[in-house]
Parts: sequence; structure tokens; C-alpha cells
Amino acid sequence: MISIQNITKIYPSHTATGDKPAVALDNVSFEIKKPEFVSIVGKSGAGKTTLLKLILAEEKPTSGSIIFDDIDIHRIKKSQLPKLRQRIGIVFQDYKLFPTKTASENIAYVMEVMGAKDEEIQRDVSQVLELVGLKDKADNFPNELSGGEKQRAAIARALIHRPELILADEPTGNLDPYHTFDIIRLLVKIYELGTTVILATHNKTVINSLGKRVITLEQGRVVKDEERGRFIL
Amino acid sequence: MRSAAVLYCNMLVSLKRIIKAGWKNFCRNITPNLATIFIMVMVLIFIASLFLLNPISKILISDLQKKIDVSVYFKEEALPDEILKVKSEIVKIPEVKEVEYISREQALEKFIERHSDDPVLIESVTEVGYNPFLASLNIKAYQASQYEQVAKFLETGPFKDLVDKIDYYQRKPVIEKVFSLTQAINKTGIFLATILGVIAILIAFSTIRIAIYNSGKEISIMRLVGASNWFIRGPFLIQGIIIGFSAAVVTLLITFAVCLVLDSRVAVIAPDIKLLTIFASNFWKLFLVQLATGIGLGVVSSLIAIRKYLKI
Repeated sequence: MISIQNITKIYPSHTATGDKPAVALDNVSFEIKKPEFVSIVGKSGAGKTTLLKLILAEEKPTSGSIIFDDIDIHRIKKSQLPKLRQRIGIVFQDYKLFPTKTASENIAYVMEVMGAKDEEIQRDVSQVLELVGLKDKADNFPNELSGGEKQRAAIARALIHRPELILADEPTGNLDPYHTFDIIRLLVKIYELGTTVILATHNKTVINSLGKRVITLEQGRVVKDEERGRFIL
Repeated sequence: MRSAAVLYCNMLVSLKRIIKAGWKNFCRNITPNLATIFIMVMVLIFIASLFLLNPISKILISDLQKKIDVSVYFKEEALPDEILKVKSEIVKIPEVKEVEYISREQALEKFIERHSDDPVLIESVTEVGYNPFLASLNIKAYQASQYEQVAKFLETGPFKDLVDKIDYYQRKPVIEKVFSLTQAINKTGIFLATILGVIAILIAFSTIRIAIYNSGKEISIMRLVGASNWFIRGPFLIQGIIIGFSAAVVTLLITFAVCLVLDSRVAVIAPDIKLLTIFASNFWKLFLVQLATGIGLGVVSSLIAIRKYLKI
């Protein structure tokens, strides 16, 4: 489904601050099948977020390519990016919900973008709210939700349009252990329904409890890729 | 055929959603939006006052010009018939608007009438024993700049022997002052209008930019969840249109109120200036210019401000 081919990402030096060029990813290659639950682990600065940004075409690699179902995502036209991104759901550590939209409007936005019918949107939003346990918070704005509720709303937004791939960047980074497992259970459920999930995290307990494929990054390189991996650094 | 219909239908749905989102954005960010409307009202009031001041200044200038004339005094021996002949010649000059003949008797009568409350002056005229006033022609030209030509014609033309003096040269400084004042008012007006207009537009532009800057992160997320550029821009443009339209309506109401209050007061000072009539006759022009400026500013500022967030 996704083929990461010799990806290198170097952030250029900043003469003003005297920073040297930073190598975020160094010749990284691996493949992800459909459906698969893959965890990318590593210390802060190992290159996890950069990798997800490259898959979402938020940034361009210095060299190498990423093939998503036969499409080289960094070679397509900018006008085609929205269509590609509509096939991916994304969950951020800091939720990134729209502050001026209610929980249900946040979730509905992705379907509106795709041009779904009003009745369809209403039906699906209500179902997804039920799935993530936010039915009674549908009309609340993000600042009226707790951290766990915000992340559940963000996951609902990521899966409402039934994407083929969900990218979750440290989705439990801001949550307590109880809510952490709540969110992980949700992601596993989504995977079991047939969606590929790429989870970037540095939460040891989460990884060890999953028993699924783990790719370990260290200083921008893949140092381990195990089918039923554990968090060992 | 069917796919074209589906595409059209999808576009309509998107348009409906964009308008709805724009209206919601406007209502939910009402405080910064009201601030933007306030700034834009300032810009539009400035434009409206320029618009209304233009006809007012024209009336004032033509009023001032009407008060200027040139008098030609004829020698005592010049006969009324000869003077009337000169008059008929002067009337033929295309620059001349009107010519009035004032005989020696009329000049005396006017003097007595004007100074009826000053017995010393009247007595001195009586003491002279004869009518000391000269017959004259009072000439009005269309424009202040044309008096010079008329004066030259009389000085050098076939009637120069009849002419005693032309008071153009005594009034020349005044006439030239009016002439240069007229030009200065026009030039300064255009200059000030341009500078202030640019400043006002820049202020309105930065207000909108700051408002959009606050939504910068939101716009980036919209891109990342797969929204197309037009689906993101749309609501901001609608918001810009609502702000521009509201500002135009508010400005029009304020302008009307000001004209209503000042109408009778201005009429006392300058009877020719009827503010309400000027407002009424310029109503549509004014409204359209304000609408175009308001909406134009709102839309263009939004488009420019949003551009940098759409690069992801």
C-alpha cells in the first residue's frame, strides 16, 4: 500500500542562528501492507513526525520517494493533493481541532470537503460520535472538551470518511494512562475494520501491549523492523 | 451529460456550504469583525466626504468666480452711444459672459444709495458741484483666467481713446489669487485624497490580515484534512463580502444623518449648497462606490492574507 523508498530529509542550515544542517531521516526504506497496524517508535527527534509529514505531503523529502497505491505523492500536482489527503485520516498530539467549530462540525468538515450529501453527513457523524462516545458533546466547542474528549473528536474526524490510511502522531502524548488506552483501543478497532494505521509514539507501555509490527527509528535511520515488536531502545 | 449534472450539483452544494460557513465565521468572530467594519467605515466615510465635497467645492468656486468682474471707465467726453457701441463689440468676444452698462447718473445714484448713512461723503459729492463719476462697462468673463485677454482687447483695440482706465490691473492680484486658489484647492484635494486613501486602505488591509492571521493554524489544518484551496478561501471571502457590505450600509446611513443635520445650517452660510439634494442626486453613485470599495477591500485583503497559509 505504501512504499517508503530511500527517503532522506535534511533541514537546511540557518546562517542567522548558526545551526548546521539537520538530518531528520537518513535513507529510510520500508513497506506497509493493507491493512496493517504499524507503530513507529523512537526518542524525540528520531524522525517519527518528519516521516508522517512526508507521507501526508506536508513536506518534501530531500531525496527518495513515497509511493501510495502507485502514486508518487511528491510528484503529483499541488491541485491533486486534496484528493490524496482525502484518502488519509490524521490525528495529532495537540488534536488540532477547529476552535470555532463544534465537535460535530469538526467531524462533519471532512465529509463536507469531500462533497457528501447533507443526510449522509448527519447519519455518519451521529454514528461516529456514538463510536467514540461523544454523542452528548456533539454541540460543544473544543475548549469545552477535556483532553481525552478532544482526542476522541480528532480520531472521529480522522475516520469519518473511511480513509484507507490513518496517521496518528503521538495521539496519547497529552493524555493520562486511562485515556491513553481508550484511544489505543479505538485505533485498534479502526484497524480491525480494515484501515491501515501508522502510529508514531514513544509510549513503551502502549507498544508492548499492542503486539504488532514496530519500526524503530534512531537518529533518522531504521534500526529495527519487527513483526511483533517491543519497545527496546 | 449525467456527470456534468453531478458536477454542477456538487458545485452548488459546495457553494451553499461555503456561504453557510462564511456566515457562521462572521457571527462567531463578531468582535474582531465589528472592529474591521468600524475601520472600513472610516475609510468609506472618507471616500464619501470626498465624493460630496467635490460638488460642494465646485459650487463654492463658481460662487467666488461670479463675484469677480472687471470695470472699464470711459472718459467724461465719451458719449453714451459710443459706449453702447463698445458694449456691443465686447459682447461678441467669446470669453465674455455678460456686460452691464452703468451710465454716469446710475453711478452717482449707486454711490448715494451705498453711502446714504454717511452724510459727510454725500455732502462732499454735492460740494463738487458736478457729477464726478464716469460711465463704465461692467464685464464678467466665464473664467478668472480670461480677464487678462478682455483687458488687453480694450487697451489696444479701436476704442482705446475712449477708455479712461480699466480696473483690471487694480483687481489683478485678487483675480489671480482666486484663480490660483481654485487650482490649489483642486491639486491639494487630489493629493490629500490619494495619500489619505492609501493610508486608509492599508489600515483596513492590515486589520483583515490580523483577523486572518488568527485563523492561520486552522487554515493549515484544513489543507491537511484534504480541503481544496477554494473550499478554504470561500468562507473568508464571504466574510469579507459581509464586512464590506455592512460597512457600506453603515457609512451610507451616517452620511445621510450628517447631511440631514447639517443641511439647514449650511444653507444659512451658503444658500447654493443643498447637502440633502447633493446626497440624493449622488445616492446610487455613492452607494456603488462604497460597496465596490468595501467588498473589494474585504475580498482582496482576504485573498492576499490567506495566500501564505495555503502553501502546505
